[in-house]
Amino acid sequence: MDWLFFFEITLAGLGTGGLYALTAIAFVLIYKATRVINLAIGEMLMVGAYLFFGAAVGWALPWWLAIILALLGGGALGMVLERGVIRPLLGENPISVFMVTIGLGSILIGMVELIWTANPRSLPNFFPTDPIFIGEAFLAPKTFWSFVVAAVVIAVFLLLFRFWRGGVALRATASDQGAAYSMGINVPAVYSLAWGLAGVIAAGAGILLGSIGGISSDMGLFGLTVLVVVIVGGLDSVLGALLAGLLIGWMESMAGVYLGGEYEHLVTFILLMVVLLFRPWGLFGTREIERL
Amino acid sequence: MRIGSPKESYIADEALFRTRTQWVWLWLLLAVLIAYPFVANLYWLFLVCLISINIISATGLNILTGYTGQVSLGQAAFMGVGAYTVAWLDNNTGSPFFINLLAGAGMATLVGLIAGLPSLRVKGLYLAIATIGASFILQFIFINWESVTRGTRGINIEPPSVLGVTLDNPDTFYWLVMPIMVVMVLLAANLFRTRIGRAFIAIRDRDISASVLGINLPFYKLMSFGIASFYAGIAGGLYAYFFGAINPESFPLLMSIFFLAAIIVGGMGTILGSILGAIFMTLTPEILRYGVDILSPYIDNAPQILSPLRTAVFGALIVGFLLFEPHGLAEIWRRVRRFFHLWPFRT
Amino acid sequence: MHILSVDGLTLSFGGVHALRGVDMQVAKGSITAVIGPNGAGKTSLFNSISGFYRPQEGRVVFQGEDITRLRPPHRAALGIGRTFQNIALFRGMTVLDNVKLGAHVRMRTGLLSALWYLGKARREEAEIRKQIEREVFDFLEIDHIRRHPVANLPYGLQKRVELARALAMRPKLLMLDEPVAGMNREEKEDMARFILDVKEQWDTTVLMVEHDMGMVMDISDQVYVLNFGQLIAAGKPSEVQANPEVIKAYLGSGDIHSLRQRLGGKTRAA
Ligand SMILES: Nc1ncnc2c1ncn2[C@@H]1O[C@H](COP(=O)(O)OP(=O)(O)OP(=O)(O)O)[C@@H](O)[C@H]1O
Ligand SMILES: [Mg+2]
Repeated sequence: MDWLFFFEITLAGLGTGGLYALTAIAFVLIYKATRVINLAIGEMLMVGAYLFFGAAVGWALPWWLAIILALLGGGALGMVLERGVIRPLLGENPISVFMVTIGLGSILIGMVELIWTANPRSLPNFFPTDPIFIGEAFLAPKTFWSFVVAAVVIAVFLLLFRFWRGGVALRATASDQGAAYSMGINVPAVYSLAWGLAGVIAAGAGILLGSIGGISSDMGLFGLTVLVVVIVGGLDSVLGALLAGLLIGWMESMAGVYLGGEYEHLVTFILLMVVLLFRPWGLFGTREIERL
Repeated sequence: MRIGSPKESYIADEALFRTRTQWVWLWLLLAVLIAYPFVANLYWLFLVCLISINIISATGLNILTGYTGQVSLGQAAFMGVGAYTVAWLDNNTGSPFFINLLAGAGMATLVGLIAGLPSLRVKGLYLAIATIGASFILQFIFINWESVTRGTRGINIEPPSVLGVTLDNPDTFYWLVMPIMVVMVLLAANLFRTRIGRAFIAIRDRDISASVLGINLPFYKLMSFGIASFYAGIAGGLYAYFFGAINPESFPLLMSIFFLAAIIVGGMGTILGSILGAIFMTLTPEILRYGVDILSPYIDNAPQILSPLRTAVFGALIVGFLLFEPHGLAEIWRRVRRFFHLWPFRT
Repeated sequence: MHILSVDGLTLSFGGVHALRGVDMQVAKGSITAVIGPNGAGKTSLFNSISGFYRPQEGRVVFQGEDITRLRPPHRAALGIGRTFQNIALFRGMTVLDNVKLGAHVRMRTGLLSALWYLGKARREEAEIRKQIEREVFDFLEIDHIRRHPVANLPYGLQKRVELARALAMRPKLLMLDEPVAGMNREEKEDMARFILDVKEQWDTTVLMVEHDMGMVMDISDQVYVLNFGQLIAAGKPSEVQANPEVIKAYLGSGDIHSLRQRLGGKTRAA
């Protein structure tokens, strides 16, 4: 076995895994606050990437300004979705809410294709292009830098989640909505905040993902792998999302190289089935107890 | 209730169609279905054949999702299993049409039962996600099991022939698919007059109480999966014969979403809902196409906007109905009927 | 002869001990009541008998058969029917279908005959329908609402439909979890009469949880008292009523007001 090669693949896998973890955090954020399984997370990510594309290429803005606009746009999208579609359905059958997010995903894809057509595009590169070596192992600079950015964003997020007032309100709401209400926390505002933040994070992940592999209207499929990540990690576990993200990124890259590209997602979904059969609440999730 | 010997009157009271008006409407509907191919052109016959196939699949999904409460995003993949089985048999054994169709449905049932296994451990949304996983795995098999599926090239299927007549056109195919559709819908309607259908609904409404009252949850959940995939298998087999060619892209995840949308729009947990939903969702793209055609002089690249428009409208229909009309077209229909007091279907 | 006996049932959820070594015998043909303050473990006991909860220790013996390991549907099939404390009707079904569902374990229609609805399925549905009309609807006086969706029925009627559903099973043991909770006096009296009639006419043993002391004292043959998951008294209604432990348990639960109400309920329901 060629250990250097193995190491390089591992690094590449962890690179993608970082993006999975980042998007998974957006997902978990929404789930924790509103108990919604948001299947449109991949499409929110896609919209973020296209907003960046629109600003940077369409309007020819400098890349940093385009990023800011795309992030703001993603946040606004999250809040609009929450306020307009999710909130009226909260408290209804969770299955309805789930299906609504499927519908939302479809709408977002349609809109993006209407505006930018379904053709794949590439994003302007804003990462340094010097080759990266870790020891002797070579790592594509885009992968490296996107991993670094993802890691930094995740770290900032975790700090916010722990120490910022909004983060505290979020955690309180997640653990007990009724209690949060009675403590004077503005729960609807927390919903908005969670969806808005998730929108920002998803948009960021979309820009990173797009800058590595280009963008297209079906890049929302990335969200399906993220779904597997959060199931494996445990729907309400931030730690689970991080670890499972890295794990699945690594697994996919291994499968892709050693078994062939078509196996990449197969292993993911087989892992999904195994976890659902044997440990449906995930590695770090809370097990729900049923009552009569 | 009419007066007669008590037993007779109960049988009458349990009937699918109970009043005279209902029977009149039923015969009228049947007459229309028989007369239809003599008045409709090929395009409209094509559409009705497609609608019939979709009604079959939507009915199956509605049994599983609308009645039993097990959300599935695998219906298209199960159709694929039926279609590939039919195609393989058609290419390799030359066995007759009906055998192939049943074998396809049987294979789909088998795969559906396996895909339904997670439903014994997980519920609702988790299950939906498991079925997404199952779809992906099946898609992978369609693409990569080259010796059977011929990979991305797909398989061609000879048109079926029944009693020496080759059904290679919508006007002949109609006579095959329409009766099958009617029978499948009636079977489904019957199911919900019996203990099995009631068990399904009980599982949807309160699974734990149902279990305490004597419903064996794993057994009935799997049965529901089996039935839904049997319907999908029949629909898929018919699809393969109807289009004469299939490939892995014939049964994408989007198509499963299409069927989910159909039962949401039509009405979950009603037979009528599956029918109305399938009609509505099959016609929507046609109406959009028509609309775009009309607009084409006024906007450039009109043909390109059709596909995205369709995607967006599908999504909007799902969202709109869930938000504003969660019981779907069937409920709207019921309101209209209450107004006029006429329609035959009780369900 | 005991139709049901429970030996040393122990059930805990994490740190909460819902049941601690509960023993209970239910005589065939009796009306046996389980009482106790809120959170005493009465519903947990019922759930353990139905098989929804899995006690960590102890046995449940029904008609001489150890059913501790059986899953809930099998227990139902043996003849254990029940109602639920917070009404558990199937909201998507009509009254008639809810009640028919109760008869599920007595029916045999298989998938094929159900799909075609010929012969067997048709006969069985008609037969069950006839039985339900005769035995249940007439008895409980709910034939006028058979085609109503249960969701819109008033509370008292919903409770009655739940009883109907349990009866459709023709249970050998009927467990009622707070059958008259939330009912007005008239409804309570009706329900008490139904329960007595069930015992007399149906050859059914009744086990019930009830907070309404008046009703418990009036109709039950045997009373078990739970407190904090422990059995603190058992005996005839009059014996239990006079037991200082029992009075203390109710007082200790801080429920004096409701205790007064319940004891007062005696004079009203009588
Ligand atoms: N599924 C469960 N998970 C955790 N704790 C439970 C569960 N079911 C019951 N308990 C706990 O067990 C204890 C007994 O509850 P149970 O419902 O049996 O009481 P009860 O006597 O029926 O009370 P009530 O009169 O209010 O109906 C309570 O402390 C309750 O919180
Ligand atoms: Mg209780």
